[in-house]
Amino acid sequence: MTLRPDLAAIAAHVTPGSRVLDIGCGDGALMAELESASGCDARGMELDGALVERCVSRGLSVVQGDANLDLANYPDKAFDYAILSQTLQTATRPDLILDELLRVGRRAFVSFPNFAHWRTRAALMFGGRMPVTRALPVSWYETQNIHHVTVEDFRDLARMKGATIERAWFFANEIEIGAPAANWRAEFAVFELSR
Amino acid sequence: MGGGLPQFAPRMNTAPASTVYRIPHPLPLDSGQVLEACEIAYETYGTLAPDASNAVLVCHALTGDQYLASQHPITGKPGWWERMVGPGLPIDTNRHFVICANVIGSCMGSSGPASLAPDGQPYAMRFPVITIRDMVRGLVALLDGLGIEQLHAVVGGSMGGMQALSLAANWPTRAARVLVIASTARHSAQNIAFHEVGRQAIMADPAWAEGDYYESEAKPDNGLAVARMAAHITYLSEAGLTEKFGRRLQDREAKGFGFDAEFQVESYLRYQGSGFTRRFDANSYLYITRAMDYFDIAEEHGGKLANAFAGTQARFCLVSFDTDWLYPTAESRHIVHALNAAGAKVSFVELSAPHGHDSFLLEHDQLDRVVKGFVE
Repeated sequence: MTLRPDLAAIAAHVTPGSRVLDIGCGDGALMAELESASGCDARGMELDGALVERCVSRGLSVVQGDANLDLANYPDKAFDYAILSQTLQTATRPDLILDELLRVGRRAFVSFPNFAHWRTRAALMFGGRMPVTRALPVSWYETQNIHHVTVEDFRDLARMKGATIERAWFFANEIEIGAPAANWRAEFAVFELSR
Repeated sequence: MGGGLPQFAPRMNTAPASTVYRIPHPLPLDSGQVLEACEIAYETYGTLAPDASNAVLVCHALTGDQYLASQHPITGKPGWWERMVGPGLPIDTNRHFVICANVIGSCMGSSGPASLAPDGQPYAMRFPVITIRDMVRGLVALLDGLGIEQLHAVVGGSMGGMQALSLAANWPTRAARVLVIASTARHSAQNIAFHEVGRQAIMADPAWAEGDYYESEAKPDNGLAVARMAAHITYLSEAGLTEKFGRRLQDREAKGFGFDAEFQVESYLRYQGSGFTRRFDANSYLYITRAMDYFDIAEEHGGKLANAFAGTQARFCLVSFDTDWLYPTAESRHIVHALNAAGAKVSFVELSAPHGHDSFLLEHDQLDRVVKGFVE
């Protein structure tokens, strides 16, 4: 099974045998990979009941819950890694979610679509309308992305929260690209953080 | 026990189709009392593996029994979870050895108020008040008798879920997987209130006679039927009732300005109530509802639910239904939060179903997939 590039980057950099919480785990693709390939103890949280049902029916431990509310019950540093993939921009308060990630996990992985990618910028600049692009395919009125964020915005937030950026990966056209000018060039970004 | 209509005592003595296990030691109870010569009637499906590693215990609900996937000897109806348990079904009897035992306090062959006390007379209200944990003590004794050290899974809906939770909390090594459907870790004031209505209906029936009706012609059927009617409403959703009956009249064109069962919903409830009295003992209803009302796992463990599951190695799965107002999703979530705090492996999903609490007994593809995926 091929993982989405951001998930593959995360899977490749989680220490085998770790305890992992995947927040917004979707159909459990990353969890399954971490359990089978890395021997991790993976837990998941997902808002969509149909996706939770698919996870549970494939034997994964996934709780139907809302990252905005249900992270509070996990003890501090309960996990080696807390993972938030493509979910930050949908959170009611991304800053508070980031706090929770860094509380329940010793380290955190966060991936998100970069709103400052040149395609998005061009769409807004020349089209004058909220961009609908490959990375952000849903119109403004029905998108779940209520807090668009750029690579630089995220770096600022991490700094403000006293988090250290351990590593970062950037992707365009499903391919990993280098860090230079990532805020222009990256469609997606993955950050590994600690605090 | 000849003469009259002592339905329950003879049934207990002859124990129709089920195997009966006599616990070879006195069973200590939460009340401090002890139950001597306690018997557990049970059914099994499938074959126990030589290493006894494939056993699945299914715990039944308040008015359920051990006839999980086999015909009920009194009603002749199919087993209560026949759609879930069997060859190739979500709880697959080709792979698993499935056990379902009548809980103590009930009336289908396990020791209960209708059973004979050592003096040869039915216990009636002399039967000790039991708890959910006491029921589970009986089940654990049965597992000991069957040579099953660790269950592959324990599964239960409603009161069955309470037993599964109690087993996990008090005998944490006895089950590797714990599946709890439409249940709760404690009875709420509203839960207790509805049960009290049922108990008062039974005890207000003159035929109840302080519980000593086993030898007499009259049984507290009226009271038991009302108790069942009240409880049955809590198992259904408002939308489900509306869809099924609306305000439709039963066998008549117009209102009769009387007090017959004019509405279909009245007729349905009366039917449910009277049908129930043919298979259930009123005193058992008192004892089991009391056990459920006493249920509060946190209270048993220093007031903190997470403590009940500290250090558990079992995997848990909780399922709730969005229209269940008897044990609503919030109750399952409360358990999930405690399990998360305890670091347990837990899954939880709220399923959508129109039929309220009873949804766990009805056709539900998503439930089937969750049960199959978790128990497999």
